[in-house]
Amino acid sequence: MKKRILVFCEQRDGEIANVSLELLGIATQLASTSNQEVCAMIGGYNISNLPKTLVEYGADIVYIADDKNLEHYLTEQYAQAISHIIKTCAPNIVLFPATSIGRDLAPRLSARLHTGLTADCTKLEVDEEGSLFMTRPAFGGNLFATIICPNHKPQMSTVRPGVMQKNQPDSNRKGEVIDVKVPFDGTKFAVKLVEEKIEKSTEPPIEGAKILVSVGRGMEKNIDQVREFADRIGGVVGCSRAVVDGGILPQCKQVGQTGKTVRPQLYLALGISGAVQHLAGMSDSEFIVAINKDKEATIFGIAQLGVVGDASAILPHLIKQIEMMK
Amino acid sequence: MANFKYDLFNKMIEEFALNEVKPYAAEVDEKEEFPYYTVEKMAKLGLMGIIVPKQYGGMGGDYKMYIKAVEELAKYCATTSVILSAHESLCVAPIMEYGTEEQKQKYLPKLASGEWLGAFGLTEPNAGTDANNQTTVAVPNENGDYVLNGSKIFITNAGPAHVYFITAVVGRNPKGVECASFIVESDMPGFSVGKKEKKMGIRGSSTCELIFQNCVVPAGNLVGKPGEGFKLAMKALDGGRIGIAAQALGIAEGALRETIAYTKERKQFKRSISAFQNTQFVLADLKTKIEAARGLVEKAVDAKQAKSRDISLYAAMAKLFCAETAMEVTTKAVQLHGGYGYTREYPVERMMRDAKITEIYEGTSEVQRMVISGVILK
Amino acid sequence: MKIAVCIKQVPKTTEIRIDPVTNTLIRDGIPSIINPDDKSALEVALRIKEQTGAEIHVVCMGPGQAEIALREALAMGADEAYLVTDRAFAGSDTLATSTIIADALKYVGFDYIIAGRQAIDGDTAQVGPQIAEHLGIPQITYCADFNYDKQNNVFKVKRQLEDRYQILSVAGPALFTVLSSSITPRYMNVADIIAQDDKELHILTYADLQCNTEHIGLKGSPTKVKSTFTKQYNSDKQLVDTTPEEAARIIAELLKAKHII
Repeated sequence: MKKRILVFCEQRDGEIANVSLELLGIATQLASTSNQEVCAMIGGYNISNLPKTLVEYGADIVYIADDKNLEHYLTEQYAQAISHIIKTCAPNIVLFPATSIGRDLAPRLSARLHTGLTADCTKLEVDEEGSLFMTRPAFGGNLFATIICPNHKPQMSTVRPGVMQKNQPDSNRKGEVIDVKVPFDGTKFAVKLVEEKIEKSTEPPIEGAKILVSVGRGMEKNIDQVREFADRIGGVVGCSRAVVDGGILPQCKQVGQTGKTVRPQLYLALGISGAVQHLAGMSDSEFIVAINKDKEATIFGIAQLGVVGDASAILPHLIKQIEMMK
Repeated sequence: MANFKYDLFNKMIEEFALNEVKPYAAEVDEKEEFPYYTVEKMAKLGLMGIIVPKQYGGMGGDYKMYIKAVEELAKYCATTSVILSAHESLCVAPIMEYGTEEQKQKYLPKLASGEWLGAFGLTEPNAGTDANNQTTVAVPNENGDYVLNGSKIFITNAGPAHVYFITAVVGRNPKGVECASFIVESDMPGFSVGKKEKKMGIRGSSTCELIFQNCVVPAGNLVGKPGEGFKLAMKALDGGRIGIAAQALGIAEGALRETIAYTKERKQFKRSISAFQNTQFVLADLKTKIEAARGLVEKAVDAKQAKSRDISLYAAMAKLFCAETAMEVTTKAVQLHGGYGYTREYPVERMMRDAKITEIYEGTSEVQRMVISGVILK
Repeated sequence: MKIAVCIKQVPKTTEIRIDPVTNTLIRDGIPSIINPDDKSALEVALRIKEQTGAEIHVVCMGPGQAEIALREALAMGADEAYLVTDRAFAGSDTLATSTIIADALKYVGFDYIIAGRQAIDGDTAQVGPQIAEHLGIPQITYCADFNYDKQNNVFKVKRQLEDRYQILSVAGPALFTVLSSSITPRYMNVADIIAQDDKELHILTYADLQCNTEHIGLKGSPTKVKSTFTKQYNSDKQLVDTTPEEAARIIAELLKAKHII
């Protein structure tokens, strides 16, 4: 039997999370270099339509646990379901998204199964034997470490959203769907859900934006000007942690180690000094333009075009120039 | 026993000053408003009663911590630092050191918790350092209580304060007046707060006149003996001067820090102005003087903690040198900032205005020189 | 009620820089702090203490130098402090670390455990849930708000997810992990700063905890660090230092060249 890579696919309200598809993408790549099978597991309630999509995006086998107990995300319910599936599937590797659900669940399971877990990986490689090399940032993105889990199975990691590439969906792709009946132990369900509320953000998301205009502490006061500029070039406004801490923009706008990872075609950093924590979230952008008053700012070490100056003084000229060129 | 308290205290006060005091410093100056909210926060952390023993509801800390607090606050906001200094050095400390058991039990817990703010009243329109011109009088009435008449001026914390450590004339002898110290509460009949001064610096600090019109102060509020009042006031000022020295030191440090940051960022002739030797040498001199000033403050604190007889000498030298250093550092800080330094965009002009008072209050620099020469020529 | 709070001492990673010549981390002179999420965890515990009179016991695994972190916790108002330290613990990965801390927590005793979401040096967020599993108690991670219902002895907490929140309730024992962004920790206070010098620091070693040697230290860690490296950024770059007008023109031309305008 082939070794297996099992991907925990997250769904919310019946919608498969983008990161799940990214995980199937990397799993496919890993599987092809080491001759393994890609398995997906998905849990929820009334989700029978979802396995098809997972197959289209690369799953060879889908384990589906469709159960009222899994209607909402609760740690113990999901931990029981997944440990049951892992026992059934006996995977060599298990991948989780490094989302708040994945990062709640995976460590709980690693302790339950007594195996290693590597958090928030940004790069995964595998050798021919199926040994996994998991690379992740540490020390706020200052240092990268490659981690292995040589003597325990499965090898488990959580993978940062926005980093891996999805496969092109193939509607002709065939896969096996296995319906799993989980033998739940309800006596362990100590945590009760009182309420769940979706918070819709009015701000456009920074993930997936082609052009990101990102502001640092130096530009907080000029946020309206920045929005105007971003609108004119079809960009989305993002920011550094300091701006979130200052209450100027919501946390969902934060780029960096503790925020989102982005890789836009153009990243404009205005008044961002470039703490490594920030760089960790945007250094893979295709083209980086940085404006900063301090010519020693670390952001200039990574920007293709660096401009020493006050972004608030440059922006009005820039808006004018753009008008003239249009 | 473990000894982490100074490290932890320093860390706490540095964080507090940076996060809770710095953001409001410009506004406090601009609006000339007493920072009640900040004082409340300081009280919550126990800063208003650092030096008060635990048995009187205080924190059981020492002068070293209290002085560090004044210095750290002054790095960002001289107003906030003088509120603490006047309260703790000039009102809390003399009650603690010279008060009766009843006085300590009555006043210290509420002063230490910050529920009551303290102030000190010595200066009069015609009597600064010259005690013999004191005209506020305290006369015993038939109940043995004292009736105060007269006025005091330039009283820090006047208004917001509830407890005032007041010096008043109780008699005369061939050499001049005899004074006594009294604890006066703001709600005692005949006490009122007069005109508020409009000042050049420390503009959020409330500096007012105190008026006593047949103000009846209970006999139990006499501190020390009649005739000791001037001596007690001078001793309180010895401690107070260390506070003002620390305030001046903090102002100087704050101004230097701002200037270092500015000279690294500001460019002229395509170079950071910190790349010019003139800037470098000025900054080097200022830093050296600041560290020398710190040495004097530390010596004065040691003298105070050891209850040394040298306290007057060291407090005077610390205050003199720190105040003049603060004035020099802030003046040069404004100069290095150029035109921007003269605007309220940058904090150094405020720091320069604030620095000036440290050469004046609690004894001018000239008075400090008199004290110092008086000791060494004895 | 007895609440155990787990804290970690970490380098202030925001101040860590990379030596551009050797391409290694410059760690000299970097101050050590209580991990921010853990400090918020302590804040949550202290608020519950104010409400209920709970006793707060703080547990930190680390070398001897971590004492200052525990001392800071005492100076914020915690009641007791435990340093979990032994050479046998060195080299532990998250699973081995969680095994040791779980043993320490059993030794200390607790009704509830509160920990930070994750540490800024490792950013794994794994140790909390792993401790909960070892102890066989429920966990609620990413907590942004706490309400203690005294009558029913139940905690109601707000769990913050990316696009939603959940209100969850649980009766002890349970482990919570806390987000620092929603809970601002208090300052140390002067009285507790002075009082902590009189308090004894409890030291817990391997001999006290009797951990399973197979599950701790380097040997007991399933994951191994194979290699570490720092990131090299590109060198194909242009830096201009000119007037705002000229700078704007250069950027506008670039945007045009990239077909953005």
